[in-house]
Amino acid sequence: MSDLILALSRLGGPLASHVLLSASAIALGTLIALPLAIWASRAPHIARLTLGFASLIQTIPALALLALFFPLLLALRGLFGQGLPTLGFLPALLALTLYALLPILRNAVTARANMDPGILEAADGMGMTAAQKLRLVEAPLAAPYIMAGIRTAAVWTIGAATLATTIGQPSLGDPIFAGLQTQNWVLVLAGCIASAALALIADTLLGLVERGFAIRKPLLVWIGLSLALAGIAVAGWSSRDTGERDTIVVGAKNFSEQFILARLIGQRLEQAGYNVEYREGLGSAVIHTALTSGAIDVYVDYAGTLWANQMERKETPARSRMIAEIAKWEKDSTGTRMLGALGFENAYIFAMRRERAQELGIRSLTDLASLSSRLNVGGDVEFFERPEWHAVRDAYGLNFAQIRNYTATFMYNALQSGQSDVIAAFSSDGRIAADHLTVLKDPKGALPAYDALLLITPQRVQEKRFVNALRPLVGAIPVSRMREANYAVDRKDNKLSPREAARQLAKDIETGNSTGS
Amino acid sequence: MAAGDRPFLRFDSVTRQFGETTAVAGVTLDIRQGSFVALVGASGSGKSTLLKTVNRLIEPTAGTVLLEGKDVAGSQPSRLRRRIGYVFQGVGLFPHMTVAENIAIVPRLEGEKIGHGAIARLLELVELEPALARRRPDELSGGQRQRVGVARALAGNAHLLLMDEPFGALDPITRDALGRRVRDLHQELDLTTIMVTHDMAEALLLADRILVMDAGMIVADATPAQLLAGQGGKIAQALVAVPREQAQALADLTR
Repeated sequence: MSDLILALSRLGGPLASHVLLSASAIALGTLIALPLAIWASRAPHIARLTLGFASLIQTIPALALLALFFPLLLALRGLFGQGLPTLGFLPALLALTLYALLPILRNAVTARANMDPGILEAADGMGMTAAQKLRLVEAPLAAPYIMAGIRTAAVWTIGAATLATTIGQPSLGDPIFAGLQTQNWVLVLAGCIASAALALIADTLLGLVERGFAIRKPLLVWIGLSLALAGIAVAGWSSRDTGERDTIVVGAKNFSEQFILARLIGQRLEQAGYNVEYREGLGSAVIHTALTSGAIDVYVDYAGTLWANQMERKETPARSRMIAEIAKWEKDSTGTRMLGALGFENAYIFAMRRERAQELGIRSLTDLASLSSRLNVGGDVEFFERPEWHAVRDAYGLNFAQIRNYTATFMYNALQSGQSDVIAAFSSDGRIAADHLTVLKDPKGALPAYDALLLITPQRVQEKRFVNALRPLVGAIPVSRMREANYAVDRKDNKLSPREAARQLAKDIETGNSTGS
Repeated sequence: MAAGDRPFLRFDSVTRQFGETTAVAGVTLDIRQGSFVALVGASGSGKSTLLKTVNRLIEPTAGTVLLEGKDVAGSQPSRLRRRIGYVFQGVGLFPHMTVAENIAIVPRLEGEKIGHGAIARLLELVELEPALARRRPDELSGGQRQRVGVARALAGNAHLLLMDEPFGALDPITRDALGRRVRDLHQELDLTTIMVTHDMAEALLLADRILVMDAGMIVADATPAQLLAGQGGKIAQALVAVPREQAQALADLTR
């Protein structure tokens, strides 16, 4: 319980971002929906068109809508210049605004369509101009219904805004996604509670405004509105830019090792005098473009991932040649700097429970292939879309009975419970050793090397202070250390947070206290 | 033509079509200042449409409407309507405004304010308690609402009052009382009144000139006395026959 209170007390930052993002999206959605509704009330085909469009948007899953704005904004850079942000607040705002449109628009259009024709005839008959009619009759009569729409939009938006984490916008999704990855249920619960409470509060305050409009008590409207605005103001004040210190954004993908490395990098940069923010939970495809576009300043990627996904290479050369070619390609294509390898590898490997492997007599991927049609395989959410999977599948002729996607954490549970016979795991994952898993050999060398590489945005490559702060990390992390840190975060009991694990890792690097591998 | 002889309101070949249907078919007509005209006819005869061409709630397809010698099409609809009182069956009081605010709406549209005294006088004109001023329309009876509707129509100092089935939704007693009140107001305030109704008895009792419409045309134009004397043609007489036979039947019952 005290853990939960502690976790909740640390949500100030994400909560403030969440409030500002949701409030901006609802405000912008209202600003767009109301003129559209007025236009629609004067032209029935516009009503059909706008409502159809808004309904169509609603059918797109919120997560996909958020993700779609990344390539869209990237394409729009041709129009608006390279300064256009492609990650973070802007795409999150645009996606959520579109999401907020429908309930507001629909309620406004419906309110107008169902208005007593006698009242509208009286408005005309008394000699109101179109503007007077809107201001004196249509707007006040539609107000409670519009407010109800804004209320619905607010509850939806606050819920969907948790997904903004995946496109690099801090929100209450941060603790939820981080907690899901590290099996820290307290963190997940804290994020859910905070987001639900926020939605309830918004609903109550806007409900007050709605009721004020409905029973024509302006006092209620003012109370509800001023409390809501006060909340937004507090959120804005608390997340105002505090220092003149240069702010660095450290990126991370969506698993524990990335969270730990991001904190490790961040802590070094803070020591060097930088302000540090984190963008966590980014997908492999998004994160590289985020770096080259300057949305994030630094992150750790893996050789094989860059090789297959960004460079679209199929062959698997020796490790040193691959890393050298990656460094050259990054420099030539975008000016990104590959500062160096951290010293460990996090390859995709296929792992089985030891007893299961022995029972089936499987020791290598070749053995696995002959039995694969009877077996179920599990992988992380992106593995089966990646070229590495296609390569290894084709090299060995793997043809599984069933393919399942899991978040990394659940994948190990699936293996233990027998839902999956084999999983595509990460070689640096502490759970492989802890769970006594058998790692299958890759005699054909179909899986490329996955050395962890430190990548720096083109905007910072000339910055000595920045580069010098990070250089000591190169070659400093043996795989045993990384596994230890990962396991400290991933294990069920006595867990560390990624921040604590990063501190521990930093201490070990300082003292050179490496267990080696 | 001397100014005094100029008709207050003139319809000149007014036609209105809705798609294939002709609602008003070339009506030409003069209305004198101070007259109380009833437009009578069956549903769909075009009487409401003709009335609404005066305050431009409906625009004629062809022809012109001249108010005090000026084509109504030449002035802005909103300006025009504020000078013309309008009362209709739907009443259309604004539910979010008090009775006083409803009555004061036309002056407000003109950017003027009218005081409590003026509101009280208007309420008095339609025989309502001044205390009602602070109520909202949903606290009033149907009859009270239409009285407020009449007061609202008069608040802008209109000289022309258009009424479209004004008493259609009221119970017979309220209907009779309000009809008489409007007839008196017509005289007291020196109004020119045009009332659309399908009730010939109401027209005979209140109006001094009755126009009977059928299929978009004026088929009879007569005083109540002339109609009761059997003039005005077949359609008009068919309409007059109804209240006359009812009166006869009632008279027979008392014998």
